[in-house]
This record gives sequence, structure tokens and C-alpha cells, in this order.
Amino acid sequence: MNDVTRDIWARWRGTTKARIGLGRSGDALPTAPLLEFQAAHSRARDAVHGTADFDAIAAALQPHPTIRVRSQAGDRATYLRRPDLGRKLDPVCELRPGVYDLVLVIADGLSARAVDHHAASVAKLCIEKLPDWRIGPVVLAEQARVALGDEVGERLNAATVAVLIGERPGLSVADSLGIYLTWAPRRGRADSERNCISNIHAAGMSHAAASDLLVWLLREAKRRQLTGINLKVDASAVLPPTS
Amino acid sequence: MSGFSATLNATRHSFADLKALLACASPLRSGDQLAGIAADSDERRVAAKLALADLPLKHFLSNVLVPYEQDEVTRLIIDSHDAAAFAPVSHLTVGEFRDWLLSYQADTAALAKLAPGLMPEMVAAVTKLMRNQDLIAVAAKCRVITGFRTTLGLPGRLGSRLQPNHPTDDAEGIAAAMLDGLLFGIGDAVIGINPATDSVPDGIRLLEMLEAIRTRFDIPTQGCVLAHVTTTLQMMQRGAPVDLVFQSIAGTEAANKGFGVDLSILKEAQDAALGLKRGTVGSNVMYFETGQGSALSADAHHGVDQQTLEVRAYAVARAFKPLLVNTVVGFIGPEYLYDAKQIIRAGLEDHCCGKLLGLPMGVDVCYTNHAEADQDDMDSLMTLLGTAGVNFLIAVPGADDVMLNYQSLSFHDVLGLRHLLKLRPAPEFEAWLDRMGMLSEDGRLPPPATETLKKLVSYE
Repeated sequence: MNDVTRDIWARWRGTTKARIGLGRSGDALPTAPLLEFQAAHSRARDAVHGTADFDAIAAALQPHPTIRVRSQAGDRATYLRRPDLGRKLDPVCELRPGVYDLVLVIADGLSARAVDHHAASVAKLCIEKLPDWRIGPVVLAEQARVALGDEVGERLNAATVAVLIGERPGLSVADSLGIYLTWAPRRGRADSERNCISNIHAAGMSHAAASDLLVWLLREAKRRQLTGINLKVDASAVLPPTS
Repeated sequence: MSGFSATLNATRHSFADLKALLACASPLRSGDQLAGIAADSDERRVAAKLALADLPLKHFLSNVLVPYEQDEVTRLIIDSHDAAAFAPVSHLTVGEFRDWLLSYQADTAALAKLAPGLMPEMVAAVTKLMRNQDLIAVAAKCRVITGFRTTLGLPGRLGSRLQPNHPTDDAEGIAAAMLDGLLFGIGDAVIGINPATDSVPDGIRLLEMLEAIRTRFDIPTQGCVLAHVTTTLQMMQRGAPVDLVFQSIAGTEAANKGFGVDLSILKEAQDAALGLKRGTVGSNVMYFETGQGSALSADAHHGVDQQTLEVRAYAVARAFKPLLVNTVVGFIGPEYLYDAKQIIRAGLEDHCCGKLLGLPMGVDVCYTNHAEADQDDMDSLMTLLGTAGVNFLIAVPGADDVMLNYQSLSFHDVLGLRHLLKLRPAPEFEAWLDRMGMLSEDGRLPPPATETLKKLVSYE
């Protein structure tokens, strides 16, 4: 029975990652797909509840300087319940204003794994691709939401802030990184005033492509003095040149 | 009357107004804590329940939570209230109303007659005094029957939405998930696709694909692309085969504005869909989704607790005689419903409140990966809802929605629940399953015979 099912479903499997043709043990899932599901869910939960290795990220970014900050959400349980606290800096954090075209914030968000796997590499590529920009210290932010970048950028006096943050894990991908770019960051910015790059992971957007797109958006934001719904990504920024 | 109070354990607890009383009486949930309106102790929560139990139901008629002048949902609730239907319970307090709902006197016929007389705020209030068992018992007495190509809500039946989503709306991938679900007898409530992109051409392409499969196998069900109502209106204007109009709705005018809708656009879409006359056994053409926390999320909650606002959304739904309404109970995330306890409670509340207001209530039994919940908890909620007589449940392949990135029920889960509780699909759909040779003599759906598999899965 199961062999027949597998044969017949083979033709469809390439069309979707959905869990089709799993077979039946009575009415229930057979043991193998049952445990496979639990493995995927455990990856996602561990990504949510894990701790980003900011020491390793700081080391990887050297010689570029880094600053550690944290939000007002003291732990993960508070972070998950109180998105408002994840958007505010802990008052003990010291940030001195400078003259910066850009500040990069690496925030754990909802996936510590995404940050561990992708953030340092994307940040380094971005810094390398902007040799003429005054880039502030990379801010490593614990228990942080996207909007924490507004306060960080405001206090550092940054013209733009790019927040590299772990996206909410799904069962198929638990380490997807997103980037949110905000011109003239200050507290109270709306999400419609940001540009977003999402799905940065092994099976999604590559580090090189993500940093290319980020750099394109940064240059456009600086030129037009804005981010958000009025800054549309030009097809030429994302598509490889046709030969 | 402006304030309320109750004394408990020698402590006097005061509540500034009706909003505060309802919020404090609500079972603990993270969304009300986030809004800063939850009771700050268990004792205060019970004190609020004590004060609420003594409140006459009539109080709600003259004390609105969101101002009439500012909010068209309030105006809808007040202007459509049926005083004659309300009469049998108009002399009761909220606490006495709970007793009445649980009494033998409140049978299926009495509850159906009462529904137009109930305001959502009354229903929210009384359910705050109920345990989960009460929510199940009262809901199980309610019966709401609707129809389009299938008849839903009949006794002894459990409908299902087949949700074959795909991250890029790939037609083959969606068809694969559809066929998989059909083999489990799923899809009698609707085959409903959440499109990855909300566009008119993409929506039409998906509707035509749904229509092709439905007519190819002569399946008595309805299809739906869950696009924004304005997108669906345009699809209808271009002659697309629209069975049902979908829209997410909420309990305040401002929150609905956040969804880009108001009552007039919903009416326009309902009229357009009715004009297509595509239903065969009924003419319920609307499909709504709701969920606690959506108004707070849109910063449009007016200081009202999330359960009460959710029930106000049902007042919006009932104005349009929907075929289907479901709460997407665990989708919104832990800042509104923190863990399985809160999700399960909210799912039972939403189902019971919707049924009391006369809605064909279903539930998307679901959770996200950052909530404290897992598939075991979904098993519990699904089984409780099955005993409560839920009209339909949502199912996706292997419980994993690869487009929306959350977990719902699997096709296996719904089939197993039907067999466990001896519930059957909608009669028209059940007859089709039988014609396809998929049912055993006792009406169950065993693992399919090879011939059936080939017939469906070898579809080109």
C-alpha cells in the first residue's frame, strides 16, 4: 500500500514542500513522518529559545568595532509576551552620538540560529562594499525587535540604520535572516517607513545577493533621503544582468 | 451607573467602568496584559467576575463600549438588536444568564430564537463566567446550518476546509495538496487557498484551477481564493468563477479600516457574489476569518479586552449570512495568546460565542513556533471542539502550512477525529466520496484502494 502511494506521489513531490503523500497508520501519521515533523518543530523552537553567540559574531567582525546592547525585555519569556519592551533600549546601555552614514544592528529577534549563521557574513560583505561610507560600530542587540534599531540609530546619530534580525522560524527553515532598513531612524517610525529584505538562508537568498541588495537600497536611500513604501526595489537591483 | 465593585477576602475591588470590568473578568491572556487592561491578580479577576455576574443583561443595551457616533460596528450592533428575541432573557443578570444557558430549557430551538436578541458584549460577558466545560456544553446545543454546494452544520457532521497553500502559488503544488486532502475526505466546507500574492490575475488563475479540478471530478464543494475583498470584487467583475467572498474582519470600525474594509464594501461584495447564483443547495456566499488580538494589533481596541472585541467581529459577520466563519485562534502569536492553555480557552470561547450569535462557526486549530504549544495541544483543542459540535476545522498537508509558516491540523487529524466521534462529512460531499469508491460499508474512509488513488492522483 505504502509503496503504491509513494510511486504515485513521486510525480508531485517536486512541486511543493508541503507534506503530501505521508501514508497512513490507521487514521494517523506513520512513525517516520511523525518523528520527522517533531524534528522540524524542535529545530524551530530551539531557534526561538536559543541564545545568539554575540562573542563569536564580534570576533568575526573584527577589526570593525562592536557594541553590545539589550532591550528592556529581560528574558525570552518577557520578550515573547511584550513586543513593546523589545523595541526599547535598556537604560544602562551607553551609546555616544557620532557622524555615521550607516549603523548596522544585529538583533537576535525570533531566531538566534539565523543570526549565528548569517548575520556576521552579511554585515562584513556590506561594510566591504561601502568603503567610502562612515559606518558606525556594529550594534549587537539582545532580546531585540526591529524597532529597537530606531532608538539605536537615533542615539548614535546615524543617517540610516539596517537591522539584521532573526525571522520567525518555520518548520522548513529555522534560520532565516531578515534586514530592515530605515532612513533617519528615530523612535516612533512606522513599518511603512522601512524597506525589508527577507528569506536570507541556505535555500533562500545568498549572503552575496542580500548584501548587494542592501547596498543598492542604502545608496538609493542616501540619494533620495528616504526609505519605505516610496523606495521601490528596481528590478535591475535584484536580477542578474542578462548575457 | 459609572463604576462597579465587589468585595472578596475582605478586599474591596473597584472597576472604573464596564470596559474595565469586562477586561478584569476575562480569563488571563497575554494580549490583555500587553494592553495593560488585565486584572493584576487572580483575586481581582474573580472579584470582577462576581461584580459581572450581578450585572443585568439590560445594562449592555444602554452602555456601549465603543461610542456609537465613532464606530459603525457599534451602530450595527445597536440598530440591528432584536428586542422581541431578547425578551425571554431580558430580566436576567449575566450570572443568571449563564445558568439559563446551561439549563435544559435552553435547547437548540430556544437558542436559535434567542440569537438575534443577543448583543456580542452580552455573549462575551457570560462566557467570561463559564468554564471550558460550559463553553462546550452550550455550543453543542447550538445548531447553525448553511449551504452553498454542500450543507454544513447538520447534526452528526463535521466539515473541513482543505487549505492547499503554496509559497509561490504554484498550480501543480497546490493541486498536489488538494488531491492529498481529497483522499482523506477533506474539503467539504471549502477548498480555500491563501494566495501568496494578492493580485487579480493570480487570483483568477487559482480560481480557474480550482474550478477545473472541481468540475473534472464533479466534486460538490466550493472553492475560495482568500484574497482581499476588493481583489475578489475585481475578479468577479472580470468574470472569474468566484464561489465565496473571503475577508478578515475585526470588532471595531478602526480595526476593520486597518484591514482595508468597511460594512459597505462587504455588502457590495456579497451582492455581487449572490448575483452569480453559483450555489446549488444554498446561497450563503461569504467566508470570514477572525481572531482575538487583531484590534490591539491594529491599535484600534479602544481599551476593550480582546475576547469582547472578537465577539463584536461576529456581529459584523452575522450581518452577511456567511457560509463559513472561523477564528484563526493560535495564529496571532504569544503576545496575544501565550501558550496552549490560552489558545485552547480562546478557541472554545470563540466557537461558543459565534454559535450563540447564530454563526456557522469553525476553527483553525493552530499555533506558531514562538508560542508555547505543540501538536499535542492541537489534538486536545480539536477533540474538545469536535465534542462541542464545531461546524468545520481547517486542515493542511501534514499539519504544516508551507506558505503561512504555522502549524494547523493535518488531514489525518480531521479524518481521525471524524472516525473517533462518529462524525461524517457534509451529505453531498459524503455521497461523492461514496461514488468515488472511497467509503467502506460502515461509512468510514479507510486507506484508499489503489484504483481510487490512481484515478485522483494520476489527474493531468
